Amino acid sequence: MQPMTTEQIRVLIARGKLKDTLFQGLGIICLSIGLLVIFLLVGDMLMRGLDRLNIEFFTEFASRRASQSGILSAWVGTLLVMLVTAAAAVPLGVAAGIYLEEYAKRNWITDIIEINITNLAAVPSIVYGLLALGIFVYTFGFGQSILSAGLTLALLILPIVIVATREAIRSIPAMIREGSMAVGATRWQTCRYHIIPYAMPGILTGVIIGLARAIGETAPIITIGALTFIAFLPPAPFSATGVDGASAGLFDWVMSPFTVMPIQIFNWTSRPDPAFEVNAAAAGFVLMGMVLTMNAIAIYLRYRMRKNIKW
Amino acid sequence: MQTHDKPQLKAEARNLNFYYGQTQALKNINMPIYDKKVTALIGPSGCGKSTYLRSFNRMHDLYPGNRYEGEIRFFPDNSNLLSADVDPIEVRMRVGMVFQKPNPFPKTIYENVAYGLRVRGEKNKRILDEKVENALRGAAIWDEVKDRLQDLAPNLSGGQQQRLCIARALATDPELLLFDEPTSALDPIATGAIEELVHELKTRVTILIVTHNMQQAARVSDYTAYMYLGEMIEFGKTDEIFIKPQDKRTEDYITGRMG
Amino acid sequence: MNHAMSVNSASDLHQVSDRLAHNAMRHVSERIIEMLLFAAAAVSVLTTVGIVYVLVSESIHFFQHVPLIDFLTDTQWTPLFDDAHYGIMVLISGTLVSSGVALSVAIPMGTIIAIYLSEFANPKVREVAKPVLELLGGIPTIVFGYFALLIVTPLLQKIFPELPGFSLLSAGLVMGIMIVPYIASLSEDAMRAVPMSMREGSYAMGATKLYTAIHVVVPAAISGLAASYILGISRAVGETMILAVAAGMQPNLTWNPMEPAATITSYIVQVALGDLPHGSIGYQTIFAAGLTLLLITLMFNIAGQWLRRRYREAY
Repeated sequence: MQPMTTEQIRVLIARGKLKDTLFQGLGIICLSIGLLVIFLLVGDMLMRGLDRLNIEFFTEFASRRASQSGILSAWVGTLLVMLVTAAAAVPLGVAAGIYLEEYAKRNWITDIIEINITNLAAVPSIVYGLLALGIFVYTFGFGQSILSAGLTLALLILPIVIVATREAIRSIPAMIREGSMAVGATRWQTCRYHIIPYAMPGILTGVIIGLARAIGETAPIITIGALTFIAFLPPAPFSATGVDGASAGLFDWVMSPFTVMPIQIFNWTSRPDPAFEVNAAAAGFVLMGMVLTMNAIAIYLRYRMRKNIKW
Repeated sequence: MQTHDKPQLKAEARNLNFYYGQTQALKNINMPIYDKKVTALIGPSGCGKSTYLRSFNRMHDLYPGNRYEGEIRFFPDNSNLLSADVDPIEVRMRVGMVFQKPNPFPKTIYENVAYGLRVRGEKNKRILDEKVENALRGAAIWDEVKDRLQDLAPNLSGGQQQRLCIARALATDPELLLFDEPTSALDPIATGAIEELVHELKTRVTILIVTHNMQQAARVSDYTAYMYLGEMIEFGKTDEIFIKPQDKRTEDYITGRMG
Repeated sequence: MNHAMSVNSASDLHQVSDRLAHNAMRHVSERIIEMLLFAAAAVSVLTTVGIVYVLVSESIHFFQHVPLIDFLTDTQWTPLFDDAHYGIMVLISGTLVSSGVALSVAIPMGTIIAIYLSEFANPKVREVAKPVLELLGGIPTIVFGYFALLIVTPLLQKIFPELPGFSLLSAGLVMGIMIVPYIASLSEDAMRAVPMSMREGSYAMGATKLYTAIHVVVPAAISGLAASYILGISRAVGETMILAVAAGMQPNLTWNPMEPAATITSYIVQVALGDLPHGSIGYQTIFAAGLTLLLITLMFNIAGQWLRRRYREAY
């Protein structure tokens, strides 16, 4: 090869930079499509559903008449199911992630757990619905309750939380771990004071992605047979049950039948009367609002934490 | 007037200032780089020697907020490497670099060395083979890897990786080769091999090397520059700098009273 | 002086034995913590065991009524009719076609966005774009379903006037958009984890950004990219509500995305919405369908992991 002349090199660089620019344009276009979709979705639902977005919409139960229908039982149901899901999935997922990264010895048990988690992350959500139908609803006898739904969704997002935890831990340089062990900290102290705090932004990302997915999951909850027409709320702790002045226990609500936002939306949109489409749009907007708020809180937390840690 | 023992200029920094955002990291540096010689940059940590080195291939352009002032004249064409109308990519095609920590690409040994050639659009298999072999020989690693050119480069030992990175830089025949503390991540034996290599390479390429190790500077270089707090304190022939430094600060550093 | 020394050494001894007792305590609590953490990790295995148990035990009942060969070769799926047929290929075709459409959108778009964000975009754009993408990924699929039905289908009908109101194409395209954030976000994470020194090595050779991205960053991050693609495939194959809403639920053996068709998942939803008695053959079909779905995702997953391992060797 003859050494390239300056001219040839400049042509080569110009060509390379043109490709860079073209690719950059392509990237911006692809990104904009995503933004456009969000914009279209939110805009469309807001325009269609605006008439129904008032206080009564949140304080009324579903009704046969579209204009009197509200989402009270749906949003309460969604919040309670998420509570159960988070209470189960976050500690389990983070603990499992820590175990696999920091404790597990290389043996066949660990291998099985690892292969298992990889494959679970790929199991479709509706299959979890079938699992819950067979195990939680019929075998354990939890019935079509908030507990069944919450645990189903917890199992569903568990791999997401575990994988996020592990990735976050793995990105921590070995020197941090060694530094802590070198001054005599135990494995757990190292995890507690170094690994978990540093891994927190990554873990949070996983928990958000997981919960954001769980909150909108419809299929597994339909599969366990959750009712779509619920005109009551789960019993609040210590509220009167109406039976001989007995009051509800602290956790009675977990066994209550329920509905959730996505099922309410699905129900309204599958009705032939277009008046219910308005309700569906309004409820869809509220559901999006819930997802958006969750994301905003978590993103904020993540940035705060990221700012504090630098290496 | 040039005499026989005064070699030709390859590059020359003229009134070079450099800023990371508001922070001035290099202060009015003037320094020649002589052709086919090894020039060492020494000085305590944070003195700006790496910053200075990385100006020669415009690495600072990769990050926002960095700013150069002044010139680095490059010969024989007397262009200014830092000029706004000189493309950093063009500079990097003429100036090679070897980093502090070996950074082989996640590719085969062969593809690592062929990388720069492929960047330049070379597709001829015969030419590639020939240049890869030459570069590997030049970096004194050919005998170790000739039977496993298709192995992954990251599987090599640290010292081998660093020599591979040198081969990668040599493959495109750079006019100037920058070494940024190339042995700081290596053991003494691997360090010895790299030092020997640097010494041999100066017959084919001009070398600028940053080192934190004064013995290394003394062993491998023809010229040495001592930097302190972003300033060029003293520049001269290596034996002169080490035997009778002109500046008190250089003397303190060399004799170990500082840094 | 002497006296003071001896007092000192006695209290030293005392401190040493205290410290040893403390160490033993520490050891026990460390063991307990390890056991708890292990139990948490084991839950995932129990989940799998549960899934396999439920699907297989119900499917065994199903296959006592329906021969496996009919299940695999019959070209009709009419389990709730008097003249019942159980040809799973009908549902599989819908699943594969819709997933194919979705992935042909999601993998290129997701990868391009990831490369753009990781290698080109300035940090401010990235800090805004990533959360927004996550938001797109967080949109409930039921909402995407109506997006497909009420917005995308009418748009597509302007281009293809013969497109019916329910179609695999429309559902598949929206599914693709839904999967983009997963692929983009995970791939971007993987690429950003590639050390800067590796990029500097490439730039120092005179490479452009795109060349560096394609020849150094992507190969270095390939196992992360592969993982994101596998997740994308699994999401597509297992997606339910978009298809239930926008692809129609009538079983239809077709490879044409312009037609409506049921998928494995939308069939399960359809049955679950009805009132099938626990233990009936109709009830069991959803477990047989679920088992098929699981085997398909498992197959893709194993293929993906095999590819991933191969790539890791090649680079």
